[in-house]
Amino acid sequence: MATSHTFRANSRGALDNAQLQRALGNMHRDFVDSRGRAVGEMPEYDALKADARAMKDHVLANLDFYLERFASACEQSGGHVHWAQDAADARRIILDICKSKGARTVTKSKSMIGEEIAINPYLEQGGLVPIETDLGEYIIQLADEPPSHITAPAIHKSKEDVAELFLEHHGVYGKTRRLTEIGEMCDEAREVMRSKFIAADVGLTGANFIVAETGATAIATNEGNGDLTQILPKTHIVLASIDKVVPTAEDGLTLLRLLARTASGLELTTYNTFSTGPRRDGDADGPEEFHVVLLDNGRSEMMAGPLREMLRCIRCGACLNHCPVYKATGGHAYGWVYPGPMGAVLTPALIGLEKSAPLPNASTFCGRCEAVCPMGIPLPSLMRHWREREFSEHRQSMNARNGLRAWSWLARRPKMYRWAVRFGGRVLRHRAGRAGRLNRIPLASGWTAARDMPSPEGPTFMDQWKKGTRA
Amino acid sequence: MSKETPQVGLFVTCLVDLFRPTVGFAAVKLLEDAGCNVEVPPTQTCCGQPAFNAGDRPSTVDIAKSVVTAFESFEYVVAPSGSCAGMLKKHYPTLFEDEPVWAARAEKLAAKCFELVSFLSDVLKVETVSASHDGSVTYHDSCAGLRELDVHDQPRQLLASVTGLDVIEHDTANVCCGFGGTFCVKYPEISTRMVSDKTAAIVATGATTVLAGDMGCLLNIAGRMSREGHDVSVRHVAEVLADMSDRPAIGAPADRRS
Repeated sequence: MATSHTFRANSRGALDNAQLQRALGNMHRDFVDSRGRAVGEMPEYDALKADARAMKDHVLANLDFYLERFASACEQSGGHVHWAQDAADARRIILDICKSKGARTVTKSKSMIGEEIAINPYLEQGGLVPIETDLGEYIIQLADEPPSHITAPAIHKSKEDVAELFLEHHGVYGKTRRLTEIGEMCDEAREVMRSKFIAADVGLTGANFIVAETGATAIATNEGNGDLTQILPKTHIVLASIDKVVPTAEDGLTLLRLLARTASGLELTTYNTFSTGPRRDGDADGPEEFHVVLLDNGRSEMMAGPLREMLRCIRCGACLNHCPVYKATGGHAYGWVYPGPMGAVLTPALIGLEKSAPLPNASTFCGRCEAVCPMGIPLPSLMRHWREREFSEHRQSMNARNGLRAWSWLARRPKMYRWAVRFGGRVLRHRAGRAGRLNRIPLASGWTAARDMPSPEGPTFMDQWKKGTRA
Repeated sequence: MSKETPQVGLFVTCLVDLFRPTVGFAAVKLLEDAGCNVEVPPTQTCCGQPAFNAGDRPSTVDIAKSVVTAFESFEYVVAPSGSCAGMLKKHYPTLFEDEPVWAARAEKLAAKCFELVSFLSDVLKVETVSASHDGSVTYHDSCAGLRELDVHDQPRQLLASVTGLDVIEHDTANVCCGFGGTFCVKYPEISTRMVSDKTAAIVATGATTVLAGDMGCLLNIAGRMSREGHDVSVRHVAEVLADMSDRPAIGAPADRRS
């Protein structure tokens, strides 16, 4: 199902899609402006970032301890903890819980990890009806598409696209008018969804973090649908990867403060909800059963090497929002769940480099992702790590490899190098004539298809310098 | 070695050597005007970034060793490129995990390596240059210079002292032009979109010249500019600071040679 290996072809389609390009242009500007403003207004941003990073590094160095702590605290408050080695384990555990409760419908709050384990098709096969309740996720569920962004899953859709989808799918609820305003679309979605919240047997959410000290899980949403998902059904299942654990609720708040500003430019996300165990006597609401599925799915392997730094990621999406490659292609081109720079690092770790080798190469290493990452993840270095793996496993094309090898050989032999550059420069100057540039170079169509190649000015600097030229 | 005369080894960079010798001469002039003694070690070739960014660490290590050997005797190493200077300064020290002697030599080199314009401003405390340039320019912040070496204010400060020149900023000055070394030929369609966004932002300022501190970006921007038929000159910032902007711009016809 992943199409990451055909990234280049995917990206061409995306570049030719005018509507998508408009949506990406708007998104990019809005996200960059709002994050810049929100971070600029926070004098303690750098200190907070350093705290968060140190906290997360400490947790990763002591992960077993904090996970066990979380599990015992969660069980003490009446919750059930399940350990899932991989996606298949997690899917089975979730379906088993649903079946044991005789569930028919499952409401879901937006969760990238639900996408990672492809839970929806599995629940459908198992005879259940999964219902996405995050508005963006609901829209792409209607469209039968994957998310194109980790915090704004339907960012590639226009208002008109959404109106069309609602017209097509809401007729069964007696909604037959084509809507034109975003406000009325939200109202209609709210109305349609309300009955589903009430009817749902199981609510399935992700977690922005889980708290070792108290056994609580926490989500941050801007619509509040996540709260209805976890409070109304009789059973609440939380799906979280093992890297989500933090020592205390206060540590979680550090992450929430960074998350809101870098993800959406808000000071704080609208709804920040902690869930600790099932409903207790005297509680106004809450589920009868509370389950937490802790998923590894490749994280333990990442712990061993340089990719460990990637486990600090809090899924804020800032690296996508500031990436000029993501801005050009959108998220679907990346071909799997996680797009942009964080996806280019994470995807090879989770589905294999052989299925995703183009992704770590799809970067100019401009460094903007690392600069805006609130957790200080060195994304370009981690992409380079995958390129090194690709090189050492001989995965690149023979042409690329031979070209690189020839160039490296020359670069280590100054005399031969001088000669080759002198010769190459002469050929380029001869072909350019007095035009000062070339519009076609054999074997370099990647460059010349859309740009000219400026001609060398004259003999090389080193030759002129050797002859005594000084200006 | 006299304390009054800084001894500088100029790392010319492979793109300046081949495409734009003027930038090398401009660098020499600026450094000498600021009181430096400049030498150009003849065994230099390239900093090794093409291999480094393609994942070929063994070749990168070999190339880095020859650069360290060629330059470690100088008091300072200066390159007219944020990208190559960043390679020497930020990445060489990470290459020798298993070779402590080389790691130490790379660290020593890194500590005395600088990008040209920031070296003039930050180390030599140059505040003005004697140069003139007719017309408005816009400045593109090359990614490595900006984000690895904090080159941002220095070129703007020195440009402010050039007679007749004003800087009109484009609002995406800190956004990548889409060059990215081999990226531009691996993903030419994406690279084209990025450089087209860049040229559009430059053209929108009405400036007659765009300047930057890295030849990779400049070749990319100049190549797209001329393909789109815009009449905007593309130059390395050092050419203007060294008062050498009477020469034909990058990719411009040679018939205006002075």
